[in-house]
Amino acid sequence: MTIPWRRTGRGGWTWSSVLAALLVAVPVVMVVGSVLRPSTDVWSQQWSTRLPGELRDTALLLVGVAIGTTVLGAGLAWLVSAYRFPGSKPFGWMLILPLAMPSYILGFLTLSTIGPTGPVQDWWREQFGRDAWFPDVDSLWGAIATFTLVLYPYVYLLSRAALRDQAGGAYQAARTLGASRSEATRRIILPLIRPAIAAGGAVVMMETLTDFATVQYFGVDTVSVGVFRVWRGTYDRNAAAEIATLVLAFALLAIGLERIARGRARFGQSGGAGAGIEPTQLRGWRAAAAVATCLAVILAAFAGPVVRLAAWAIQEQRSDRGTPQLDQYPDYLWNSVQLVIFAVLACTAVAVVLANAQRFGRPRITKLSSRITAMGYAVPGPVVGIGVILAVVALDDALGWIGLELPGAVATGSILVLVYAYFIRFLAPGLGAVESGIGQVSDEMTASARTLGSGSIDTMRRVHVPLMRSSFVVAAVLVGVDALKELPIVLLLRPFGFDTLPVWVYNLASESRYQQAALPALSIIAVALLPVMLLARQLDRPDP
Amino acid sequence: MSTSALRVGGVTKRFGEVVAVDDVSFDVADTELLALVGPSGCGKSTLLRLIAGLFPSDGGVIELDGVVADDEHTSLPPEKRRVGLVFQEHALFPHLSVAKNVGFGVRASTSERNSRVSEMLDLVGMSGYTDRFPHELSGGERQRVALARALAPRPALMLLDEPFASLDPNLRVQIRDDVVDILRSTRTPAVFVTHDQNEALAVGDRVAVMNAGRVAQLDTPEQIFHRPASRFVASFMGEADFLSPADVRDGLGGHEFVATDVDPADSGDLMVRPDDIEFEPSADGGATVTGVEFRGSSRCYTLQLRSGATVRSLRSHLVDTPIDTHVRPSLVPGHRPVPIAD
Amino acid sequence: MNTRITRTRISALALVALGVSAVACGGDDSDTLQVYSGRHYGIETAFEQFTEDTGIDVEFLTGNDAELRERIAAEGEDTQADAYITVDAGNLAAAADEDLFRSIDSPVLEEAIPESLRDPENRWFGLAVRVRTIVYNTDEIDEADLPTSYEELAEPEWEGRICMRNSTNVYQQSLVASLISEHGEDEALAIVEGWADNAEILSNDVLIIESVADGLCEIGLVNHYYLGRALEENPDLPVGLTWANQEDRGVHVNISGGGVTTYSKHPEQAQQFLEWLATDGQDVLVAENHEYPANPDVAAEELIATEFGVDFLRDELNASIFGSLNPEAVRLMDEAGYS
Repeated sequence: MTIPWRRTGRGGWTWSSVLAALLVAVPVVMVVGSVLRPSTDVWSQQWSTRLPGELRDTALLLVGVAIGTTVLGAGLAWLVSAYRFPGSKPFGWMLILPLAMPSYILGFLTLSTIGPTGPVQDWWREQFGRDAWFPDVDSLWGAIATFTLVLYPYVYLLSRAALRDQAGGAYQAARTLGASRSEATRRIILPLIRPAIAAGGAVVMMETLTDFATVQYFGVDTVSVGVFRVWRGTYDRNAAAEIATLVLAFALLAIGLERIARGRARFGQSGGAGAGIEPTQLRGWRAAAAVATCLAVILAAFAGPVVRLAAWAIQEQRSDRGTPQLDQYPDYLWNSVQLVIFAVLACTAVAVVLANAQRFGRPRITKLSSRITAMGYAVPGPVVGIGVILAVVALDDALGWIGLELPGAVATGSILVLVYAYFIRFLAPGLGAVESGIGQVSDEMTASARTLGSGSIDTMRRVHVPLMRSSFVVAAVLVGVDALKELPIVLLLRPFGFDTLPVWVYNLASESRYQQAALPALSIIAVALLPVMLLARQLDRPDP
Repeated sequence: MSTSALRVGGVTKRFGEVVAVDDVSFDVADTELLALVGPSGCGKSTLLRLIAGLFPSDGGVIELDGVVADDEHTSLPPEKRRVGLVFQEHALFPHLSVAKNVGFGVRASTSERNSRVSEMLDLVGMSGYTDRFPHELSGGERQRVALARALAPRPALMLLDEPFASLDPNLRVQIRDDVVDILRSTRTPAVFVTHDQNEALAVGDRVAVMNAGRVAQLDTPEQIFHRPASRFVASFMGEADFLSPADVRDGLGGHEFVATDVDPADSGDLMVRPDDIEFEPSADGGATVTGVEFRGSSRCYTLQLRSGATVRSLRSHLVDTPIDTHVRPSLVPGHRPVPIAD
Repeated sequence: MNTRITRTRISALALVALGVSAVACGGDDSDTLQVYSGRHYGIETAFEQFTEDTGIDVEFLTGNDAELRERIAAEGEDTQADAYITVDAGNLAAAADEDLFRSIDSPVLEEAIPESLRDPENRWFGLAVRVRTIVYNTDEIDEADLPTSYEELAEPEWEGRICMRNSTNVYQQSLVASLISEHGEDEALAIVEGWADNAEILSNDVLIIESVADGLCEIGLVNHYYLGRALEENPDLPVGLTWANQEDRGVHVNISGGGVTTYSKHPEQAQQFLEWLATDGQDVLVAENHEYPANPDVAAEELIATEFGVDFLRDELNASIFGSLNPEAVRLMDEAGYS
């Protein structure tokens, strides 16, 4: 018989990871828990009216975006890894720039540019008459295209890393065994980078799933939109929470799909040991086609939108109206930066603890805890926000029972609460990166340090952290870019006077003053560019 | 009376349904080198990790120098056990120089640490390498550094997990001998895991043969080789053929067996090794050569007895007998078959 | 080793200190009036003006109406909000329903705000008026051929000629709520089904106006100030406006307004703030956004006064009624297949 609790020196780690899981789960459960008191009439009414359509649209959107990002992300990664053509090196990092573009901004720009009232269609109608056919932009297809352009960098990044670390030897082996280029690609490269595609795809699906702003531009009725319509329109938060569980169900499905697609392969464990693929030089029309493809993607997803925003911003500045609240720009910027730094620190620190706990604590419990913390990523921002308020107020009440009191402001709007919500929402991408970082440290290395007399904390500090360092950059970038773009949580939880760049955009965009929002939107992109460039640099750096 | 460096008593470890280590008991005396050998998956590495404290056991007791390290109440973390650990993949810290690797576990003032580091590097013959980094070293050099690193904190027990498996064969024997010499010169007791029976026999003061999570036999190398306790040990620790007493008597003319606890009448099988058997051509010798394997300094012949059973015979390379030759096999004088219990 | 530990401790302390200071600057118990606002436009100028007039400092937090309401509800007694300003009667009615507002006894507000634009129990007051009505492309359609009512938009002759806002929008919801109040659920359902058949559904009013201007739709249904804004930018825009239902109950008006929160720490100042917004502050509040003032004694700003006029029949249905009907409106649009 096993005695479940004995002094093993693992308790601290195990409890820490359980605590982290609880920190994430409690607020979410407090919101979703209302499902236990079902309001059946709304439920059945929604089932008989909109839900079937919403489920279908959500599924179609997810499948479309998953396919789109896979083809674009993995395809571009393959193109820049396996071939050399004019500009292939700079394209290599430029292709991650769309990561800096919030989907709600690209969505709006897409519609206002090639939508029915945009200049492109205006010109089209002038040329070919009023009823000339043009693709339906404000449709499911438009939404899929927008999400694909904004989110493909996740698949691209992970695929490139996989191609760089592992694919070289296997690909050459396949070629020497007589496989043609395309056969080797299909039979060797695709299976090899499948875990990377799966991991990237899961991130992409979560981001798509929790969006409710972009989809509305395109008139796509997803389950998330349904949650907000019921919540804001009928004021029935129970019913909204019930529908929100469907969003979670989709998220679980996406995670399940990732597990299946990933198979038994472990991602990111190769330690950069393998050789990359030796690129082939492209010439003639092939080189031109490669350049055109990269240019088209960068233009559509990044350069084009930025130019259009810049043009609007200049136009606004020249008009007598100007951009409202421009004088507060330094405050917005500083608040955003502060928030991003706190969120990055919190997420990375806890991710490091969680990743290490899987080494030092009880494996089954710590692994489960880590998986639970990933749940927060699948919950839309406002749901997290309300959950955090409920949880903090409940904590305040509980403390009241034992005669203590939180400082008034903690319970409501404070940066602490705000960072807590960001932590719940964005721990998962940070943890993913950090976990793959600790994957580079072999169990034997940990064991060596331990037997050399280093305690677990000492081992983490002296061996794990130095070896995981490059994964911190990835974690910080993924968390930071997400935190910078995040809107609903900051709208809901921020303290007085703590307006950030996205809030500025929101204040204008929610009044449909889009052109005036151009400058704020540009500034978000500009700030997001910094971490993205950092990542780009890391991407280009050869392995040590 | 000195306590054992290591006492393992009834230790068990399960991974889900799989029993990886099943009620294993043994002692390692002070300064003793114990070789732990067995096929892959037999639980030898798991046992080593249990001793190191990398995970807690599911039953039994592990004592190090008379101190309980693992039982039902406690499981000391590895850093509290004073064991040194060396892996097949060396597991050097890639971000630290050779000197920093070796000094990693030395808790002392900087000057004391530095002198200990150079002492250790001298010991393993790596004095000139202090500022190199692991990726700049060859496999053998890495192994020496790993050993120096593990020895530096003066562990009470060394644990070596397939330490030479990743080395080139020609380098391997030399490094192995060096390591054994160093362990002996520092009088450090050690448990040495390997899947190579020759290495186990060459290195161990005693050898523990493991199979399916259990210790099949624990004894001196000579006893293990010459008096295997089971058919598994016999065939895992060297080439072995198993013959019925009738075949031995009628086919090899053997009438005397090694005296063991096993009554050959009960067991039914007797083990002979190829070096136990010789033969000479004879038209009515009762056996036929069915196979020859050239091994450089020797040839290994496969002989088929009249009963249909086969037995191998190891001869000098000077003996060159073609296949299908009729021969008369016999036991080499002084060599006796070993009764095997099953 | 020791120095290293000290360094770790110091950085940990620094982090805690940062956290505490972050909390500290989060809010305080000073005399500053704190306002949650679902209105974003022009509000800042109004607040500055109020401070200038009264010497009372105002801090405000903008956000989504529904979410700010949830925040007040979740914060309970700890809420920092003294007043909650929001757009749409539905939001105000929902906040009152959840007891987030206190009842105010204010002769000034009762005098300034018409009865139909405030809560019968005086928990909230409309402060600015937004009219949801019909706009049309002046090149495509003759004034004489224009539909005259919301109901008429459901007639088959308008199929494929209208642009309307999606059902997620509160103004569209409150318009449907007013239809339910006027006609009952069954008839309202038939009307909205007619709309769903006829209309192209777009995601915001600006797009609707652009579509009408481009001739993609002949008519659209929008809040009047969006057209005001569009005309301000481009006076030649070929889009005109007509008030709906002038022959019967009048055009549907929604409000933006506010109330004093139940757990306000500064209820008098908050009330004073509302009173100021309803009287002296009306101009500042509504002008920049081309809204009509809720106070009938205050003149509308020039652009809408000349372009759209001020003499039109407004539906006098109490805002609290269509506000409370909002959930039914959402469900009805679901049933009607109005996306």
